[in-house]
Amino acid sequence: MTATPPSTAARPGTLASPGTTSAGRSVAGDLDINNLEVVYHDVVQVLRGVSLRVPAGSITSLLGTNGAGKTTTLRAISGLLRSENGKVSSGTIRYRERDIQTLPGTEVVRGGVVMVPEGRRVFKHLSVEDNLRAGAALGKGNWKTDLERIYAFFPKLETMRGKQAGYTSGGEQQMLAIGRALMTHPEVLLLDEPSLGLAPMLVAEIFENVRRINQETGLSVLVVEQNANVALRNSDYGYVMEGGKIVLEGRSSELVDNPDVKEFYLGVTAHGQRKSFRDVKSYKRRKRWM
Amino acid sequence: MSLLFQLLAAGVVTGCIYALAALGFVLIYKSSRVINFAHGQLIAVGAFIALALTQRGLNFWLSALIAMTLTFFLGVVIERFFLRRMVGQPIISVIMVTIGLASVLDGLMYLTPYASSNNSYPVNFTGSISFAGISLSSAELFAVAATLIFLGGFTYFFNKSTMGVSMRAVSDDQMAAMSVGTSVQRVFALAWAAAGLSAAAAGLILGLKSGLSLAGLAGIGLKVFPVVILGGLDSVLGAVVGGIIIGIVENLASGYLDTLVPGGGTGAVLPFAVLLVVLLVKPYGLFGTKEIERV
Repeated sequence: MTATPPSTAARPGTLASPGTTSAGRSVAGDLDINNLEVVYHDVVQVLRGVSLRVPAGSITSLLGTNGAGKTTTLRAISGLLRSENGKVSSGTIRYRERDIQTLPGTEVVRGGVVMVPEGRRVFKHLSVEDNLRAGAALGKGNWKTDLERIYAFFPKLETMRGKQAGYTSGGEQQMLAIGRALMTHPEVLLLDEPSLGLAPMLVAEIFENVRRINQETGLSVLVVEQNANVALRNSDYGYVMEGGKIVLEGRSSELVDNPDVKEFYLGVTAHGQRKSFRDVKSYKRRKRWM
Repeated sequence: MSLLFQLLAAGVVTGCIYALAALGFVLIYKSSRVINFAHGQLIAVGAFIALALTQRGLNFWLSALIAMTLTFFLGVVIERFFLRRMVGQPIISVIMVTIGLASVLDGLMYLTPYASSNNSYPVNFTGSISFAGISLSSAELFAVAATLIFLGGFTYFFNKSTMGVSMRAVSDDQMAAMSVGTSVQRVFALAWAAAGLSAAAAGLILGLKSGLSLAGLAGIGLKVFPVVILGGLDSVLGAVVGGIIIGIVENLASGYLDTLVPGGGTGAVLPFAVLLVVLLVKPYGLFGTKEIERV
């Protein structure tokens, strides 16, 4: 209640003033979400008017705590709400001159937007190579040359191509899940909590790889994270979500210095000291922007 | 000793046919986790379509081809109109749908003149080959060869084709498969189509080997259970190994035990005894998928 939105962030539901990394006007290849509302089981409203933009060729991060609606946002974009009994009740998701919020998942992937699900979800009983091959289900290109492309990004995967995916490590599974998604020839990659359950060093490695692929291929990335620190360090623009709404946004370099983000997501007080868990009460009290 | 070999050989032949019959059942379970109680009826439908065509004077091979094509599409139709609506429903409802389907198919077949009597294909499959005291009729040899061709073909399809890999992916993690654009509905439809086709093939071979009766053909649908429980519900290789083991058990039982038991008929009972024992000691079967738990 007491926190005022910092000057770098615009009001919820509107886009920030144009920066160098996030375009103010929509460019071809941007993924635009406008006033998106999602309802589960016809009664539970999870998203309450989310608007955000993933500019072409950039990395955008979407932060927030559990239950803020981050995963639902990604599911809505990738057309996977239906199997969870959810639906977009209003608002639009536009990509390349097309409203994609009503499309089935297959068509969204065909259109170039692909999601790496939370918890990696590799095909445990399939070999590493078959996992990647399953990503070629739509047949958008020659799977053999695509495999070589993925192995060039992640040389480690090639060394274990015959290994059953369920027996690889968490970090390897995350690479595999990203590689599998890249097999679909995406232009926009949606990453759902790539850091989940991984050691900090592996998290850094994953984000390095995402960055590298983004720079080498111009792939746009929307990454959902609870680990605000690593996400902001590796993205161009960031949004903070709470209770189904965007409450804060700005360039990642500025969000890192934002006192609210610092306190609530990075655990650092205004004086630069590490916050102790004893202060968790004030966290709860002050966190409500809305 | 020659009786033993003869029984073993007959067991392998029966087992191959069981494996082929079980194949379609495994395909459906593997991709969509649906237990299809109408599989025996699919087998019978395929066999009777071919019978109807041959009785109208059509060449047997051509009839077989048409029968397999029709059951292929019957599988697609069943999936499209009955099973697709059941996605996400409790497993017991899905099972009841397949049981209902079995009764409907049974009823439809009783409407035709073929179901009420024993028939056989008007095709000349005589002659037999014997070596080392074992004699096999050419129909039996053909059954083994056809089974191997079908199973080899399906194994190749699953391991080498992108669609096959997609089917395995769907059976592993449906949501993850959807996330890369796999059409789960297409995979299910294809699984039912392939099940229909292989069921018809099994029905044709059974008909060639031991004649056509509705009870006999549809009864194979039940024999499939010990086979797949033994081999593992979702394993094609398991279906083959399970089929052959059950075939051998059945033949050995009727060869040796029937003489000791006043009523006979041990061959029909023992496979199900095996089923119970396997469920007690190895519930995933010999080749079934165990959940991978990483520690």
